[in-house]
Amino acid sequence: MADRQASQPAPDSRAGQRHRGEDRLAKALGWFSIGLGVPQLIAPGYFNRLIGVNDSRRNRWTTRAVGIRELGGAAGILDRPRPSGFLFARVVGDAMDLLMLQAAMRRKDNPRRRVMAAAAAVAGVTVIDVIASAKTSRSSDPTTEGGAVRARTAITVNRAPEEVYGYWHHFENLPNFMAHLKSVEAKEDGRWRWVANAPLGRTVEWEAQIEEDIPNQLIAWRSLEGSDVANRGSVRFAPAAGGRATEVTLELAYEPPGRAVGAAVARMFGEEPLQQMKDDVRRFKQVMETGEVVRSDGTPDGTRSQRQLFQSEGQPAE
Amino acid sequence: MKATCWMGVHRVKVNDVPDPRILNDRDAIVRITSTAICGSDLHLVGGYVPTMEKGDILGHEFMGEVVELGKAVTNLAVGDRVVVPFPIACGNCLSCERGLYSLCENSNPNAGMAEKAWGSSPAGIFGYSHMLGGFAGGQAEYARVPFADVGPIKIEDDSLSDEQVLFLSDIFPTGYMGAEVCDIQPGDTVAVWGAGPVGQFAVASAYLLGAERVIAIDRFPYRLQMARDKAGAETLNYEEVDVREALRDLTAGRGPDACIEAVGLEAHHGSGPINAYDKVKQAMRLETERPHALRQAITSCRNGGTVSIMGVFGGMIDKFPIGSVMNRSLTIKTGQCHVQRYMRPLLERIQSGEIDPRFVITHRMSLAEAARGYDMFKNKKDQCTKVVLSP
Ligand SMILES: NC(=O)c1ccc[n+]([C@@H]2O[C@H](COP(=O)([O-])OP(=O)(O)OC[C@H]3O[C@@H](n4cnc5c(N)ncnc54)[C@H](O)[C@@H]3O)[C@@H](O)[C@H]2O)c1
Ligand SMILES: [Zn+2]
Ligand SMILES: [Zn+2]
Repeated sequence: MADRQASQPAPDSRAGQRHRGEDRLAKALGWFSIGLGVPQLIAPGYFNRLIGVNDSRRNRWTTRAVGIRELGGAAGILDRPRPSGFLFARVVGDAMDLLMLQAAMRRKDNPRRRVMAAAAAVAGVTVIDVIASAKTSRSSDPTTEGGAVRARTAITVNRAPEEVYGYWHHFENLPNFMAHLKSVEAKEDGRWRWVANAPLGRTVEWEAQIEEDIPNQLIAWRSLEGSDVANRGSVRFAPAAGGRATEVTLELAYEPPGRAVGAAVARMFGEEPLQQMKDDVRRFKQVMETGEVVRSDGTPDGTRSQRQLFQSEGQPAE
Repeated sequence: MKATCWMGVHRVKVNDVPDPRILNDRDAIVRITSTAICGSDLHLVGGYVPTMEKGDILGHEFMGEVVELGKAVTNLAVGDRVVVPFPIACGNCLSCERGLYSLCENSNPNAGMAEKAWGSSPAGIFGYSHMLGGFAGGQAEYARVPFADVGPIKIEDDSLSDEQVLFLSDIFPTGYMGAEVCDIQPGDTVAVWGAGPVGQFAVASAYLLGAERVIAIDRFPYRLQMARDKAGAETLNYEEVDVREALRDLTAGRGPDACIEAVGLEAHHGSGPINAYDKVKQAMRLETERPHALRQAITSCRNGGTVSIMGVFGGMIDKFPIGSVMNRSLTIKTGQCHVQRYMRPLLERIQSGEIDPRFVITHRMSLAEAARGYDMFKNKKDQCTKVVLSP
């Protein structure tokens, strides 16, 4: 447990910079909330006419209520060092506004065009909110360290450590769940030849050797000197659920290579290396627990987050 | 084959689509003999659940005959008659081992999507959006059933008709779980919001589990009549009475010991201004997240009682009365039903004649007429409560 703690990557200066940028975005949204909330609160009638909602007594109260919510959100955002939760309240608030405007649009007595414009404005803000909210809440991004990209993820597998370690120890098994690997082959003197798929039907290859091997606890490997893609990885196994299950922690690091294979390798590890690793360990869990990678009509190749944006329709393929 | 497809918000169409194939060794292909439309399908069709794609096959309540088996399924044979539970579950993960099948850790290949929305992912479900797996549904002639060695229950008793056992796939276990999680004690009064199919089974199950009185709440007289005549409930029409007051009267000021919410995210607004929250909400004319019934269930429940949420919710709700929950020591129980856990014991109750699930069926039609079925069920036309389709 202790060394797991120790290997936690320290936040580097680039991550710090990114956070400052996001904080600025968050703060700006906070002020936007105040800009929106104050007129809603003190001049709801004017605000209603401006956005084209029927200025009834009841609608004025509604607008005031929304104003209070905006100000509450603003206070929350401006008050926090890392304002994730309150930002999310803004996102939800926006969704609520959009729905109200949608409802108003259906009523015959509201000037449609003005309501539409207001909806578009809120929708615009919603998008910014979602981006800001997603960005500030992502804390476990891969970090860089001396030029290498590193990431780690963990999952609980409902099999005993011996079994889980045993499966992983046969590196030939890795392509069964690591989507970008084509094959891993044992060579003489304890070396392994890794072949990974790259875009346009190409492949990237390297040789690696095991650096540390503690049965049922740890396997660590590193690519050999002179590889196109300098990389290393480790996987730790710790008993869980009284020894019936295993906590598996995977850590990978690679040096972004020279220009020649650079683009291919970047694609191979994916734009989101962490997401890819998460997918890999999820497939590993599926293979260990259920015997194979689980497929659906929408995701016929099994878990692969990159594909989730491009789902096949949920019906059988031709 | 023919299949009922989601073609956009409020657009359902029966299309010709390719036949399903075995994709995993533990799959089965089932030729569907009966399938039903669920209140959850209405949420999907209404566009309230994100990540639906045009062309997705709907339906998660179905049964039929096994026509093909993956090589790892050894407990079923071609020709077996099976009812398929709606959550897809592997039977191997820690959640499945604990009987929490609708939380299977392996059956959602799009778990990453659900994690973004909810923090962690539940199980995959047939015909229930891509964030719950992108699995083709069962309102079709055939369906692929993953983990067929774990989920489907074989119906060996040929004297049982499809209609008697079909609802083991979802709404009977769901209503039953809604009541079971309330830990009903002899003498208890249970209130059920929603007299749709799930609410009807919640009423019947509360009696099976020993409740003394069950009160059903809805606004459609014909559904309330079904709850009264077929399930034995007392009824309240929320358009005619102030529900919270009425429940207090019926329980001499205590409030029901357990409150089951079987309405979900499309709850309709009551007419009477019941409390300040509702007034504000009504004024806001919110359209999607309408937790009206849920709030009422919470504020009506007796101190220290249980609120069981069986209605489906997708995102966030506004003005959730957490103060009422916290200060009055309420227990909230909820979840997609862990159907696999209930199929066998409930089949036994059907066989022993303790309950005949057919009482909720009001309409039977062919699969080709699915779009008409959706319209009738959604708009309560012709006193519709439950539609069964036969391919
Ligand atoms: N948890 C699960 O596993 C599970 C399984 C199946 C269905 N469901 C959900 O259960 C809910 C009910 O399903 P159904 O098939 O019975 O649907 P349904 O639409 O037929 O029933 C809902 C009923 O609630 C009534 N209702 C609306 N607003 C109300 C209010 N304010 N107070 C009281 N009653 C109100 C409606 O009139 C209707 O009769 C849906 O949300 C569905 O998605 C959950
Ligand atoms: Zn259902
Ligand atoms: Zn499982």
